[in-house]
Amino acid sequence: MKPANLSPKLLSILCVGIAIALGPIVLPEYQVSLANNIGIFALVTLGLILLTGVAGMTSFGQAAFVGISAYTTAYLATCDQLPDWLGWAAGSPWAALAIGLLLTLAVATLLGGLTLKLSGHYLPLGTIAWGLSLYYLFGTLEFLGGHTGISGIPPLQLFGQILDQGYELYYLIWVLVLVAVVVTLNLLDSREGRAIRALRGGQLMAESMGVNTYRSKLLAFLVAATFAGIAGWLYAYTQRFVAPAPFSLQSGIDYMFMALIGGVGQVWGALLGAASVTFLKQWLQDLLPHILGKNGNYESIVFGLLIVWLMQKVPGGIWSWLSPKLPDWKLKQAARVVETDERLNRRSQPLAGDIILDVKKVTRRFGGLVANNDLSLSVKAGEILAVIGPNGAGKSTLFNQLSCVDTPTSGEIHFRGVQVNGQTARQIAGQGLSRTFQHVKLLPTMSVLENVAIGAHLRGECGFLSSALRLDRKDEAKLLQEARYQLERVGLGSYLHVEAGSLALGQQRILEIARALCADPCLLLLDEPAAGLRHMEKQALADLLRKLRAEGMAVLLVEHDMDFVMGLVDRVFVMEFGQRIAEGLPEEIQKNPAVLEAYLGGAE
Amino acid sequence: MNYQIMMLLGQDGVTNGAIYALLALSILLVFTVTRILLIPQGEFVSFAALCMAAMEAGKPLHITWLLLALSLIALVMEIKDRYQTGGKLQLKAGDFAFTIYSIAACVLLTIIPVSAIGKPIQAVLTLALIVPLGPLMYRVFFQAIAAGHSLVLLIVSIAVHVALVGIGLLMFGAEGARIQPFSEGSIQLGGANINSQTIWVIAVSLILIVALYFFFEKTLYGKALRATAVNRLGAELVGISPELAGKASFSLAALIGALSGILIAPITTIYFDSGFVISLKGFVGSIIGGLASYPVAAIGALGIGLAEAFSTFWASSYKEVIVFTLILPFLLWRSLAHGGVEEEE
Repeated sequence: MKPANLSPKLLSILCVGIAIALGPIVLPEYQVSLANNIGIFALVTLGLILLTGVAGMTSFGQAAFVGISAYTTAYLATCDQLPDWLGWAAGSPWAALAIGLLLTLAVATLLGGLTLKLSGHYLPLGTIAWGLSLYYLFGTLEFLGGHTGISGIPPLQLFGQILDQGYELYYLIWVLVLVAVVVTLNLLDSREGRAIRALRGGQLMAESMGVNTYRSKLLAFLVAATFAGIAGWLYAYTQRFVAPAPFSLQSGIDYMFMALIGGVGQVWGALLGAASVTFLKQWLQDLLPHILGKNGNYESIVFGLLIVWLMQKVPGGIWSWLSPKLPDWKLKQAARVVETDERLNRRSQPLAGDIILDVKKVTRRFGGLVANNDLSLSVKAGEILAVIGPNGAGKSTLFNQLSCVDTPTSGEIHFRGVQVNGQTARQIAGQGLSRTFQHVKLLPTMSVLENVAIGAHLRGECGFLSSALRLDRKDEAKLLQEARYQLERVGLGSYLHVEAGSLALGQQRILEIARALCADPCLLLLDEPAAGLRHMEKQALADLLRKLRAEGMAVLLVEHDMDFVMGLVDRVFVMEFGQRIAEGLPEEIQKNPAVLEAYLGGAE
Repeated sequence: MNYQIMMLLGQDGVTNGAIYALLALSILLVFTVTRILLIPQGEFVSFAALCMAAMEAGKPLHITWLLLALSLIALVMEIKDRYQTGGKLQLKAGDFAFTIYSIAACVLLTIIPVSAIGKPIQAVLTLALIVPLGPLMYRVFFQAIAAGHSLVLLIVSIAVHVALVGIGLLMFGAEGARIQPFSEGSIQLGGANINSQTIWVIAVSLILIVALYFFFEKTLYGKALRATAVNRLGAELVGISPELAGKASFSLAALIGALSGILIAPITTIYFDSGFVISLKGFVGSIIGGLASYPVAAIGALGIGLAEAFSTFWASSYKEVIVFTLILPFLLWRSLAHGGVEEEE
């Protein structure tokens, strides 16, 4: 293979791999042990980059996770009086790794399970409280050696090989770091990873595409905790001594700083961040006492102010400053369609003329305000229904109830014969209802193709493990091919690999329709699809909707643009003040006195 | 455990709990108005306590340098902002207020023999030094990113805390300090000795809570802050400047923090980094209040104080572990009570 054929991802892994392999040959011994520390830090930081940079959550408790695993390893390696039921684990590094990871994941599941359904502030606060709590616990528990910690951990022995030299551990640590990087890159470039990345586009969008956001958040948190757990195991065998200090909240904050300085959105930022913070810290610890004339933890002042400055000026970290210098790096890295003959399965579509959506006497009250009063309507397969009305008529309230974001106070909504009011947006997405948003919700820095592939989330089946191990390629090819097909169908076929944020607003609206179509829906709910579109774009959209209708799709749209509506739809449903004031064919509606009065004011 | 011990622990718990409650209120106030979780809240506490101690011991007050530095940075930022938006400098006398104030403070405090002027004046001087740090902190660190993502605000908040702890070490040194009590003696109530220090804490906390209530209910500025808390954009549209709201809420936070610091200074030994753990108990209180309810947060914080006092009796070394583990059941309760998907800003 010529170098030009290598993908940037493979190329970067190869380059870093070679650099790592050369490390101990060119570095003096002291630098090798420094590199070992950097590797361990990088592993923890990598988890934080996934958690904070990709999924938009924060944890200050990563150091505590490292501590749980390091202490487990140290305890099992040194204790000669293990209880009988644990006797099998004595002295075995594999058992220590397994038990350490198990404990780390148990604590992470508990914390994540309790906080991830709540708003974004509870996870960081919870991890701060628990980071402190575990730190005090390490310092208090007598069997963990209290504040003096556990020393005398025997060297690591794997497959009969004793690893006690710096360079031996170096290879172990950095191979694990590289594996973790590859796993993370694989994960991000998969169905499961897109779901995690979608969290930043708003949870409502992700849920409406069928993503279980709670599960995705927990998954990201657990992956980050796993990396921290492996780092703890390595730490115990590298230092051969554990004490509470490196697992304090302060260290948890340091890890966060490494992620931020390196570049929180990029996987390689973990290595950059861990290295630059370690070197900077060392340099400051030498320099500051000279300047200030006293000894103390003064580098924290510099780091604190550096982060403030970074957040105000370069929120992307070192990586964001570097990456524009690498041509088209990010987009070359983005997913490409691999041709496949297989197609995704389609759901059984209703026959033209079947009633798909049946709304019966729906009323929605907010306190004393009746936003929807006793509304009944239905949509058939192969029909376009427009809901129109002046501002404040209650269209959005109705739309929210139909898409299961909101629940009616009374009345019923039936979708394909099943009562759906009270279900969640995710459940209804699974049954074949797909929607777009009035204010476009997409991931601006992700490619158009990947954005649209989020819509097909429920039609893929590969989970975390197959994604991480790259066993999902067949599934993935089908998903991306479907996304490309839908993009070509809506006329965005030449924009597959550009950033979604660079499209014009009208194109972004069309992208949302393609994303909705990817879910293989039988009912499309469109929230003001023509808003912000130019004349030609509107015509193209109308043609697309006509084509969909001819294929048997049911469409319900809320719209203000009368020209667009009247020339396109089959029936119009007019609302004012939460009431239905008219319903019928477009030409009837245009002559209806009640409608004219609502829109133009009565003729006095 | 007998009645005497119970009263003693209860008294301890209420004293600490009252301070945690004050901090919880302050944290909630800042959070609802600005979306910032004010992690550096604790630094106001420790700086005020150590400032009192430095005055009592007649040591130099390095904190005036922090005040001066922040006010100069704020002035430079203000000039830069004006120049970039207007193209010319239109400075008013008011823009120099903080700078002049801190220069005056630097000069005055080297002249006045602060160690000999008595507790009440020392307390007033401490407030005069700490409270301006609040609005200056908002101006220098937060104003430029006030509209940013809440994750960015949180990270900056943590970073400011980390920097301030280092600066605290530089200003006050690594030794802890504890000041003489405000008054000696105790009173008998229901067969138990109530320490006069406890009465100070409870009285000041109650006065502060009542004062805050009147501020928010009766004054225009208080109502403006409440309006900002309900809807930031709406408040801005009716003419409430978000900068003013931010600075006002940070001033209140600094005031409450400094008062708490002065109150706690004779009760516990305070180190340069003690403020964080103290304020974190306020955070636990505000989590119990769901980051929204003032009364629930205050009661929760009081409960934290009591739990802490009683766990000192039964399992002294696990005190902090128990206190911070207490948030789990409340998180569970919040999580169960919570339905559906929450849309973040």
